[in-house]
Amino acid sequence: MENQVAIVGVGLTPLRPVSPDLSFREMIFEAATRAYADAGVTPREIDTFVTVAEDFHEGTSITDEYTPDQLGAVRRPVHTVAGDGLQGLAAAYMLVRSGAADVAVVEAHSKASNIVHHEEILALALDPTYERPWRVNPHAVAALEMRRYLHEANASPEVSAQVVVKNRGNALRNPFAAYGASLSPEEVLRDAPVAEPLRGLEVSGYADGAVVLVLASMERGRSLAGRPVLIRGIGWASDEPSLSGRPWAQAVYAHLACEMAYRLAAIHAPANEIDFFEVDDTYAYKELQHLEAALRLEVGEGARLTVSGRTARDGELPVNPSGGSLGMGYGYDASALVRTAMAALQLRGEAGAMQVTGARSAAVVSWRGVPTTSGGAVVLSAQ
Amino acid sequence: MARSMRRVAVVGAGLSLFMRRALETGKELSYYAASQALQSAGLRRQDVQAVVMASGPDAFDGVHMKGEYLSDGAGGWRKPYLRAYVGGGSGVFSIISGWSLVASGLFDVVLVVAEEKMSPTQPHPQAAFISIFDHTIERPLGPNLLWIFALEQNRYMHAYGIRNEEIALVSVKNKRNALDHPAAQIAAELTPEQVLASEVVAWPVHRLMVSPVSDGAAAIVLAAEEVAKRITAQPVWVEGVGWALDTSYWGNRDLAYPRYVEDAARMAYKMAGITEPRRQIHVAEPYDPFAYKELHHLEGLLLADRGKAPEDLARGRFNRDGELPSCPSGGLLGVGNPIAAAGLMKICELFWQLRGEAGKRQVHNNPKRGLAQAWGDLMQIGTVVVVGV
Amino acid sequence: MARERRSARRPAAKVSRLRKKTAKVPPQQAPGPIEPVVRDGLRGTPLRDAHVQGGMVSLERWEPKLEYRWDTGVAIGRFLEGLREGKILGVRCDRCHRTVTPPRAFCEWCFKPMDAWVELADAGTINTFSICFITWDMQPLEVPQIPAVIEIDGTSPRVGFLHLIGALRAHTVDGIRKEIRVGQRVRAVWKPAAERTGAITDILHFTPA
Repeated sequence: MENQVAIVGVGLTPLRPVSPDLSFREMIFEAATRAYADAGVTPREIDTFVTVAEDFHEGTSITDEYTPDQLGAVRRPVHTVAGDGLQGLAAAYMLVRSGAADVAVVEAHSKASNIVHHEEILALALDPTYERPWRVNPHAVAALEMRRYLHEANASPEVSAQVVVKNRGNALRNPFAAYGASLSPEEVLRDAPVAEPLRGLEVSGYADGAVVLVLASMERGRSLAGRPVLIRGIGWASDEPSLSGRPWAQAVYAHLACEMAYRLAAIHAPANEIDFFEVDDTYAYKELQHLEAALRLEVGEGARLTVSGRTARDGELPVNPSGGSLGMGYGYDASALVRTAMAALQLRGEAGAMQVTGARSAAVVSWRGVPTTSGGAVVLSAQ
Repeated sequence: MARSMRRVAVVGAGLSLFMRRALETGKELSYYAASQALQSAGLRRQDVQAVVMASGPDAFDGVHMKGEYLSDGAGGWRKPYLRAYVGGGSGVFSIISGWSLVASGLFDVVLVVAEEKMSPTQPHPQAAFISIFDHTIERPLGPNLLWIFALEQNRYMHAYGIRNEEIALVSVKNKRNALDHPAAQIAAELTPEQVLASEVVAWPVHRLMVSPVSDGAAAIVLAAEEVAKRITAQPVWVEGVGWALDTSYWGNRDLAYPRYVEDAARMAYKMAGITEPRRQIHVAEPYDPFAYKELHHLEGLLLADRGKAPEDLARGRFNRDGELPSCPSGGLLGVGNPIAAAGLMKICELFWQLRGEAGKRQVHNNPKRGLAQAWGDLMQIGTVVVVGV
Repeated sequence: MARERRSARRPAAKVSRLRKKTAKVPPQQAPGPIEPVVRDGLRGTPLRDAHVQGGMVSLERWEPKLEYRWDTGVAIGRFLEGLREGKILGVRCDRCHRTVTPPRAFCEWCFKPMDAWVELADAGTINTFSICFITWDMQPLEVPQIPAVIEIDGTSPRVGFLHLIGALRAHTVDGIRKEIRVGQRVRAVWKPAAERTGAITDILHFTPA
């Protein structure tokens, strides 16, 4: 058990569509202060810091330059993961497991509101010679995937609308969420397409916010104030980067990531061993793909589970009780870490109105957004 | 931290050529280096359990989430693939990241790839560097990368009474060493007078004191102890790792001394059990993007007294046949500076030096332990790795 | 080539365009064929400028449209307001006994909110400087820019920020070094009040006091 790692501190700012009153530094300081107070640590007791950022999201090259001060990490081991929030979590987790650190911090944030043209930045992620010359809106990549998914799943677009209704409804109970709403499937289906079949309401809205998690070895965690949530397993994977040759209907990266996390966590039957799921829903249909990965299901089974209502907050397999990105707001790579924070609060029984009754274990599944095929998974459990 | 650490070794290394402008894409350069590293270890892509990527600003390639784009070239397809990023320090940090993957017990064989393709930025790759400065209080002044180096060099010279003639000797040494490096982009036999006769780009920095912009890639293979011993009779052990990031408010610091490099070095030395670095480190690859930086860093690494590295250099201590060979590869000044790849190139050099495979570049003191260091951001991060046989 | 430079030098291109670049200028010298090179097993295909200018390689061109509106926040927001009023502001941490600028909302050492705002003098001392003959995008300069770290009066030791030195008589390295040195006292030269916008460039430059 000496290699076990736990989340011992959680701090985040409520997600908001805009945050003109605070600089990114000030926003992160707020999240860090909360996380450190939650864990009962001072910055000097933290051995290593990991931040999650991509240059073009920040508008700054080499963004790790601007990371240490607001974490109390000046002249300390700090590094950045230009990747998903769960990859950042994995980096911190591995530094604790390796023995290089007893206490580690991982930070992610979003100032999405400061980006004037999101689509222009997303376009820069496409292959410069094969894929950009088409000049399609990058959300069309998601639309391609959605159509193939619905086709292979033999599912109707209504199931995707149901995901929107569920998640934005769940968000009404979440004080950290920016986009809680009472919608009907008809309202979603009536919305104009961004890139048919993908409708506007099926795309999560951008949000600003910061999240900081404190990790510790189990041994060290016991002496801290926070209530530890055990990281039982973690995984991540990348599939085909180019648009040609990727398996559109199935999120292979998520299956690989979940398998790695389950192997470490010794999970054999996720549907029986995991009480609820926080899975990426940047686009509504992605929840279905990611749920299929988390439950080891065939293409289409996630859609049928959703139609049956079993993924509701009070269903037998709650999916995104936080409201997900559709309900909370989307903050690029910070989204996965926000959702990990939500899962940790659930497992501590501190999720208030959104509490899933009797939640003892959770899985979080993430995705880096279009046009990537990269994502992660983490399995958490209450002590 | 009483837990015992899992031992990790470097078991293979590879490079592409370093070039002003390569025909190859970043993916293709990554493939060259990665496939050579695997080949040198007698491994195939299937044997690799995870991949770490290091690459500098996306602004060079004009590709957002560049790590994702490079993943298949680096062998990351359908594998856990992670991009660790600390600016110019990324190349040396990549082995630290790879080390943590193996030392954590999650993986036994990890491929580490570093790539940089700077040439796509037009009209000049240096232009991308304006975006590293604070967007509100620095960028409106039109800063360029040379400024911060020139400001730091001037402060260093002022603090210790160092002359530019002494600093020019770094360019002479490294560009000469690079004549023996097959990947070298700008190797040359020069005199200090020629260095000082090159134009002043940002006084006190002359053109020949600046490393070039480059395209290139480097790769290594890391393995856990039991696996490493099966792969090779000569594993090169990762004995210590350290890194430290100083405040973003770089105008609030003493620029004469890189205290963050000392912080990183002390962390690595502690882990490696090094108490007398000058005796226990036999070959060094400190970061040399600008001539004075090698001296600055040798001092921060505690391998020379503060302000005295120029004297040590002048008396030959850092020559390839000297007491502490420094940048026997030819460094960034001679081999080239594809940023992240240049840092990992230094690890490749130590791998070959410690195994006695460096050919014409082989140092003469039969080294058992080497150190590589990189630096980056706003004169802010130190990344240090100690390897040994 | 010259036309290309002008268009790409615009800080943020107005419209992002994609054009297949077809060079119309014939190569000035025969660059030789493009050939892969292998040296001691290391591979690569180096290109020369003439290969590129001569249209011997195909290129895709893309001007990124990267635009941001950064929230300046509490501390830098007020700093910029101060500049508009012709004041350089700092902040003080009573626990660490430090007064610093540029201002920040919290002390990075003790990790607590800063205690007070302080109006600093608009004068200071050169910590270090450079004499730079190229622009940020590598265009040559006849009259050099002189970036400097200025330690602002009223702060703790070694605390300053980046700005420019201006209004010197000389334009050569030797001449400029006769006018300024490390340790030189300098004062801020402000834009006229009506032209200030709440930006770091409200200070035109610093000049020897």
